[in-house]
Amino acid sequence: MVAYIIRRVIVGLLMLVAMSFIVFALFMKNPVDPAQFSCGRNCPPERIEETRQALGYDQPLMVQWSSFLKGVVVGREYPADEKMREANPELVTECAAPCLGFSQQLQMTVNEEIAEAAPISISIALVAVVIWVIFGVLFGVLAAVFKGTLVDRGVVGATLSLYAFPTFFVGALLINFVAIKWGLFPAPGYVPIAEGGVGQWLLQLLLPGFTLAAVYMAGYVRMTRAFVLESMSEDYIRTARSKGVKGGKVLFKHALRAALTPLVTMFGLDFAAVLGGAIITEEVFNYYGLGKLAVTANETFDLPTIVGLVLLLGALVIVANIIVDILYAFIDPRVRVA
Amino acid sequence: MTDLSKTHEATPATGGAFLSVRDLKVHFSTSDGIVKATDGLSFDLERGKTLGIVGESGSGKSVSSSAIMGLHRGTNAKLSGEILLDGVDLLKVSNEEMRKRRGRDVAMIFQDPLSAMHPYYTVGNQIMEAYQVHNDVTKREARKRAIEMLDRVGIPQPDRRVDDYPHQFSGGMRQRAMIAMGLINNPSLLIADEPTTALDVTVQAQILDLLQDLQRDFDAAVIIITHDLGVVAEMADDVLVMYAGRAVEYGPCKEILTHPQMPYTWGLLSSVPDLTASTEAKLLPIRGNPPSLLNPPPGCAFEPRCDHVAKVGGDLCRTTLPDLTPATSGGNHTKRCHIKNADKVYEAEILPEIAPDLVED
Ligand SMILES: Nc1ncnc2c1ncn2[C@@H]1O[C@H](COP(=O)(O)OP(=O)(O)OP(=O)(O)O)[C@@H](O)[C@H]1O
Ligand code: SF4
Ligand SMILES: [Mg+2]
Repeated sequence: MVAYIIRRVIVGLLMLVAMSFIVFALFMKNPVDPAQFSCGRNCPPERIEETRQALGYDQPLMVQWSSFLKGVVVGREYPADEKMREANPELVTECAAPCLGFSQQLQMTVNEEIAEAAPISISIALVAVVIWVIFGVLFGVLAAVFKGTLVDRGVVGATLSLYAFPTFFVGALLINFVAIKWGLFPAPGYVPIAEGGVGQWLLQLLLPGFTLAAVYMAGYVRMTRAFVLESMSEDYIRTARSKGVKGGKVLFKHALRAALTPLVTMFGLDFAAVLGGAIITEEVFNYYGLGKLAVTANETFDLPTIVGLVLLLGALVIVANIIVDILYAFIDPRVRVA
Repeated sequence: MTDLSKTHEATPATGGAFLSVRDLKVHFSTSDGIVKATDGLSFDLERGKTLGIVGESGSGKSVSSSAIMGLHRGTNAKLSGEILLDGVDLLKVSNEEMRKRRGRDVAMIFQDPLSAMHPYYTVGNQIMEAYQVHNDVTKREARKRAIEMLDRVGIPQPDRRVDDYPHQFSGGMRQRAMIAMGLINNPSLLIADEPTTALDVTVQAQILDLLQDLQRDFDAAVIIITHDLGVVAEMADDVLVMYAGRAVEYGPCKEILTHPQMPYTWGLLSSVPDLTASTEAKLLPIRGNPPSLLNPPPGCAFEPRCDHVAKVGGDLCRTTLPDLTPATSGGNHTKRCHIKNADKVYEAEILPEIAPDLVED
């Protein structure tokens, strides 16, 4: 198992290296000039050239990419200019390993940007995940147990219509009615645990969390329903019933346990994806998380930020996959190879 | 191991056999119409005796035995008739009462022990569960009992293997474990639904031996369902031949095997390779396919595949369903066929084909 995990981590790292190269290549071959964006709208041509050189955009792709990798491993300085460091050390930004780059637009390292935005995205993701997993699985089991009845149709129909409403609409509805008009919730705004404690933090996250969860809930209801129905038709369920096991125990101990495997797979990937930022939800509620950071970086052609975010998301997905595989071994004894 | 062979108090059933199935019908209403999977099945079985139910795939063997287990409750199946176990009609007891009887009074083992066991729980856990459902015991006691049962069914090192998962057992061991699970509560009726079909030939014989051995110890009534007349010949006291949801021949095992009086049974006998161990015997599969159980035709269900329709004469086979009537050889042997002198037809036409050496004697 340990050897297997090490192998998976190595493969994951190689994938990240390849990903970083692809992102670099795509941006360099792009018709838009990154130097132009870094320098600003009304930038005179010679300033653009200067910026290009200062940011290293004039260098060949391989050189830029390898200095990026070097930054990840040992850290680097921005700008990497010996003379400047001697003359005005206060103008040079130190970026410790693993350095993901420096954003000219935001005038800070990508690591700092992520450190600011990530807690917000993680908080929304956590709250959303708890909401959608609890209700998704609960309603899914309910629909499976009452298959074909009004309960089944009601649950599936309700979650599906929730899914059909666009996220920005659900979000706007919650802000305008639940928060502002009816005053049931405080006006949206992220409050870190350090400032308002867990209660305040959670309260401020319920609306965006629910908005994000609404999208995933329908999928989890339908999948749980399908997986439970499938495992209910297995031979071992018939065995359990013929032993005289009570209906509830047949459902929870035997059927749901088997339905867990595919649910965990789904869950791992979805959780990784929302950790990397929920663009629309963050936009609607105006929470400055990774999603909003990504949108801004895209609009301003902020290459270092984009590369950093792509790699972060990639790493999350890879880590989630490894965790899912480890979980498999816990759930399914047949996977537990020596 | 004293409690393993403890016998139930024998409450004599008023007037009937220990298990008495009367005119059992299991009908499924589907979107295409009513599927008559079991259509008027009757048989009796005493404790310590074995009934073999044979018939092709789809003849309603599993559906009928699931009915005895009460496993159709909560499905689209419509059941009628009577299933009297020790005088109690299992079709009339409440769902909760039936649940309590399942695994305690009636137990079942299935064809494929790999899929019949939950892949995520240990063999021991699953056997213990069967015990704990019906007995108020601690986990330790249940575990001890499970190990005891594993030992009884011939699992080596049962105290270690009890913690194995089903995939770590061989096919034969899994079926042994299923038998341990089925017998852990001393059920008075054990239904084995094709218990050896999924196993190697050598293992099959061991499992059958084990079942016979345990039946003697537990004094249980056993229903063994099979495609294989060889299994029936070895195990059964009585035989019920099913075709298209109905009994077509029923009687003592020896009678049925030596004086079969129904062309479908003849067909089954012809398709058994080693019944007489004769090298000259021909292996003749029954031509055609089993009929649909949706809207069955009015006559004999076997008519489209029967080679002996001409002996009956007229349209009788096609228009009139034969009743289950006493066979000419007497005894408790009944058959569902219009042929008058079936015994003679068998001796003259069928026996020479399937067992030439028997005829010469
Ligand atoms: N829930 C159901 N709905 C409709 N038809 C069913 C249902 N369950 C079983 N049947 C039908 O009942 C018939 C008898 O099935 P059954 O499983 O009893 O056959 P069997 O004799 O056990 O065959 P095999 O030897 O293959 O196990 C089949 O034709 C099957 O299609
Ligand atoms: S009743 Fe007729 S068709 Fe049916 S088995 Fe007898 S001879 Fe054949
Ligand atoms: Mg069957």
